[in-house]
Amino acid sequence: MSKKIIVPFGPQHPVLPEPIHLDLVLEDERVIEAIPSIGYVHRGLEKLVEKRDYKDYVFISERICGICSFIHGATYCQAVEQVMGVEIPRRAEFLRAIWSEYSRMHSHLLWLGCFADSMGYENLFMDCWKVREKILDVLERTTGGRVIQGVNRVGGVSRDMDKEELNRIKSEIPGLRADYVELTRIFDEDLTVQSRTKGIGMLPKDTAWELGAVGPTIRGSGHAVDARMTGYGAYDELDFKPVVRTEGDCHARCMVRTGELFTSLDLIENAIDRIPEGDIIVPVKGNPSGEYYAQTEQPRGEVIHYVKANGKKNLLRHRVRTPTLANVPALVQMLAGCELADVPVIVLTIDPCIGCMER
Amino acid sequence: MALNVLKNLIKGPATIRYPYQPAKVTPVTRGHLVINIENCIFCGLCRMHCPADAIEVNKQERTWQLNQFQCIICGNCVSYCPKDCLSIKQTYLPPSASATYVTITGPEPETKENP
Repeated sequence: MSKKIIVPFGPQHPVLPEPIHLDLVLEDERVIEAIPSIGYVHRGLEKLVEKRDYKDYVFISERICGICSFIHGATYCQAVEQVMGVEIPRRAEFLRAIWSEYSRMHSHLLWLGCFADSMGYENLFMDCWKVREKILDVLERTTGGRVIQGVNRVGGVSRDMDKEELNRIKSEIPGLRADYVELTRIFDEDLTVQSRTKGIGMLPKDTAWELGAVGPTIRGSGHAVDARMTGYGAYDELDFKPVVRTEGDCHARCMVRTGELFTSLDLIENAIDRIPEGDIIVPVKGNPSGEYYAQTEQPRGEVIHYVKANGKKNLLRHRVRTPTLANVPALVQMLAGCELADVPVIVLTIDPCIGCMER
Repeated sequence: MALNVLKNLIKGPATIRYPYQPAKVTPVTRGHLVINIENCIFCGLCRMHCPADAIEVNKQERTWQLNQFQCIICGNCVSYCPKDCLSIKQTYLPPSASATYVTITGPEPETKENP
């Protein structure tokens, strides 16, 4: 039996976009245990809720994460609206769904690029990000921000899309779909990708459920778990089917994400067909009192925003349970028994967003 | 593959040579915040509602100060301004290595003439 050594991985590491630290206990080249530690980018955003007006805090909740920003803002608004008993216009819910799906596509394309980069496949990385740029252009054109959209308000959204814009978005969808078909083909069939991902980082179906994994991590292990199935916002009217793979390895999680790109396009087309006319925002008066627990689906999995208010303009408590935190136990499980060279690929397959996780 | 090589030879780069070429902007892009100080009444609503604490307003000295490094260009102040003197311009500010404060002093208020 060889000697055990501990190799520190992160918080500064070329493949990690964000700081998480893992102590990898190695026996030769094999990882036998991974011990995670977090706390490098804590910013105290939840505490700020005590100092800001609950309506102004939307902008801060949107900045919890730089990638899934829109959905954080929308979930926070949803929670406050529920506390106050505000019913927002149906059109606003549809607009939120359209922008949520765009932000999901941009997040997944970013992730696919980073994933290709972690395998050393630079060309594919650039291809993914080139397609992502088209998504960001749409977001900038319709909301004014590429990554931080800033259109969510308590009571609706601040910006509308006219018929011309909706038609333009719809006309761009076939082009995007063609790009996705090409990317999916590479991720599915390319030998380089297959040799680095197939059968690696196994997460069996039962373990995924027991460890409480969320998002594409658990959907890659055969469970159809998706908060959009609960039908929040406009999703009750859209035809949504979750993408599920049963293999439970890195390749399955990657293919869930490529599959979700198509699902998002379908949802956007669906939403544009069914979007009702009407107002986009209702005036909200008074202060919230009570508590609520809003649950939505982010690109990385299910996010939970808990708010508690006592009738003042500042909320008492705002708590966020982000998907990455739920996926870390699953990550530790996947890393046990893998080769050291596969660690970057496996870490990336949970799509870690540490900025989100530590807030 | 040969087709890809040919395509890439003809197509040119997918990027633009920023900052020599200007960045892409749209009519709704949030680039930076400006104020039309003539209309400002120094009420301080923009300071109160700024999520990033980037604005300082001094009614006595009639100054309006913006820390451009701290401003997150969310546009919240624009929606609260009672005189509509704040607005967002589309161009992005050039990069800078130190915090930039913009202090604007308003004109003296018109004194009422005695009848």
